Amino acid sequence: MSPLQVYVPRDAAALAVGADEVAAAITAEAARLGSPMQLVRNGSRGLLWLETMVEVATPSGRIAFGPVQPADVPSLFEAGWAAGHPLCLGPTEQIPEFARQLRLSFARCGLTDPLSLAEYEAHGGWAGLRRALALAPEAIVQQVLDSGLRGRGGAAFPTGIKWRTVAQAAAPQKYVVCNADEGDSGTFADRMLMEGDPFLLIEGMAIAGLAVGATRGLVYIRSEYPHAIAAFDAAIALAREAGVLGASVLGSGRAFELETRVGAGSYVCGEETAMLESLEGKRGIVRAKPPLPAISGLFGRPTVINNVLSFAAVPTILAQGPQFYQEFGSGRSRGTLPFQLAGNIRHGGLFELPFGLTLRELVFDIGGGTASGRPVKAIQVGGPLGTYVPAAQWDVPLDYEAYAAIGAVLGHGGIVVHDDSADMAQLARYAMEFCAIESCGKCTPCRIGSTRGAEVIDRIVSNQNRLQQVQLLRELCDTMVHGSLCAMGGMTPFPVLSALDHYPEDFGLRTP
Amino acid sequence: MSPENSTAERDAITRVIEERRHLDGALLPILHGLQEALGHVPAAAVAPIAEALNLSRAEVHGVITYYHHFRQAPAAGPVLQVCRAESCRTMGGEALLAQARASGGCSAEPVYCLGLCAMSPAVMLDGRPHARMTPEKLDALIKEAAR
Repeated sequence: MSPLQVYVPRDAAALAVGADEVAAAITAEAARLGSPMQLVRNGSRGLLWLETMVEVATPSGRIAFGPVQPADVPSLFEAGWAAGHPLCLGPTEQIPEFARQLRLSFARCGLTDPLSLAEYEAHGGWAGLRRALALAPEAIVQQVLDSGLRGRGGAAFPTGIKWRTVAQAAAPQKYVVCNADEGDSGTFADRMLMEGDPFLLIEGMAIAGLAVGATRGLVYIRSEYPHAIAAFDAAIALAREAGVLGASVLGSGRAFELETRVGAGSYVCGEETAMLESLEGKRGIVRAKPPLPAISGLFGRPTVINNVLSFAAVPTILAQGPQFYQEFGSGRSRGTLPFQLAGNIRHGGLFELPFGLTLRELVFDIGGGTASGRPVKAIQVGGPLGTYVPAAQWDVPLDYEAYAAIGAVLGHGGIVVHDDSADMAQLARYAMEFCAIESCGKCTPCRIGSTRGAEVIDRIVSNQNRLQQVQLLRELCDTMVHGSLCAMGGMTPFPVLSALDHYPEDFGLRTP
Repeated sequence: MSPENSTAERDAITRVIEERRHLDGALLPILHGLQEALGHVPAAAVAPIAEALNLSRAEVHGVITYYHHFRQAPAAGPVLQVCRAESCRTMGGEALLAQARASGGCSAEPVYCLGLCAMSPAVMLDGRPHARMTPEKLDALIKEAAR
């Protein structure tokens, strides 16, 4: 009899609700019963409200059980891990919230052991890199251009144009830098990918290196992600041993070497120039642009800087062709975005879908509304610098241009839901407070404006010259938007003004 | 500080600097190495780091104090990071932080996102994540950590 194959995620989100304890209980129970069992610690499928979600392999595919607690384990063995058990969710890939996704970048995440090179390759890994090795560098760049891929970190700049700029720059050394400083609250896609399918990021970065002529890459991972750091470091060591990284990528004679660097708790280091400073061993202070990092980046050399999700999209584009990738999406937003549902949400998790669905579909059809069961009041899209989107705008398609048209941003795809108990004035104040804590201090509108902003909101709330102070807040926000050096100060007014505009009653103002 | 401690500290400083000084942008990796080894970045490390990297002591000090992650003194007990960002805030994170601060027995610190936002509120205790936190679960966690 072949041993029962059991999957228990090793993703930090699963660990945070007891996955290690569940795995230990399964191992112990199998030993007690003397039943042969093989335990695989996979990544997470992203259906996080079902964690710890345990899967077993059957001849007809994987069957899921969840959320599993250690105490459930004996009864799961007793039921023979069969459909009759109350925790059985049926075939994993037929769980409705999973079935409706288009998993391109996250195709393997949760399916495989993240550190198994054999499984990575068996499920299509390195196909994009092999294809890239057969192409001239300009042809790789052209494929990325043709795919319509835009930067997934938030700025949505066309990835291919950035790569072309670096490819055309002449320098003795160029760099590929991955921004894995995923500081936006409500986002965790980078973390899940680095923990659940780290070889994909390595593959995407290696392709970038070949495309632009860079032999060295660095990944800047935030210190709040110890599990991602450990998983990614382990993956780099394995890839080096297997000859994917090093002096001759897959035996091609072309070099690409990769290292990780760990951040140190500074949100603004997610801004690309502050990140470069930090990588160089300095305080994470924003640089003025120009020069663009593509011309003069890390240590003054031409540098490609992309987000984890941008690099992760590239192997699919190379392996399946740019036409395949750009068929999905809406308007000028091509391909997929791993949306992350968070906050007060019943079905929180990661859902990779083509651009173009609406917030209403995402939050209600997939997310199931609030966890508290109360009505949704506001939805913040795009991290702490994104706007609070009111009910009237929940039918706008989630694409970069449609969101820009309503003064909102998609950012990194993070969506935080608030129920009707949320105090929008306090959330606006928090946006200012966060900016004051995290501002690098280089420019005045951000450094001073954020502190003054919190004070002004306090005066509005306590009704000290309320109308005059509202006017002052708007003028202050205007200064921050137009006078700040980077998005930290420049976008902090987005959540503040959207809260004020859409929820004036929370500031003690009459509803318009 | 006892003389053995100070010798151990000096050895760790020398070892970490020697291991990492060759890296490009070596300062942050060195500071991380010291904090991993000693639990904090001691003041005695500033001069040797500056010397090794050809920086001024002011530059090294400036970097240590810029980043929230680096501590200049050992933490008082286990480090309990409580997330204050929007997602956890809307699920009761602020009350958990207040509870953690009031309880003693651990070093309660704010953190801005642990990437566990789909299961807010979240905390991290000495590098171990805990999510879907409740006041009762936090209380049990703190009691266990303090033991």
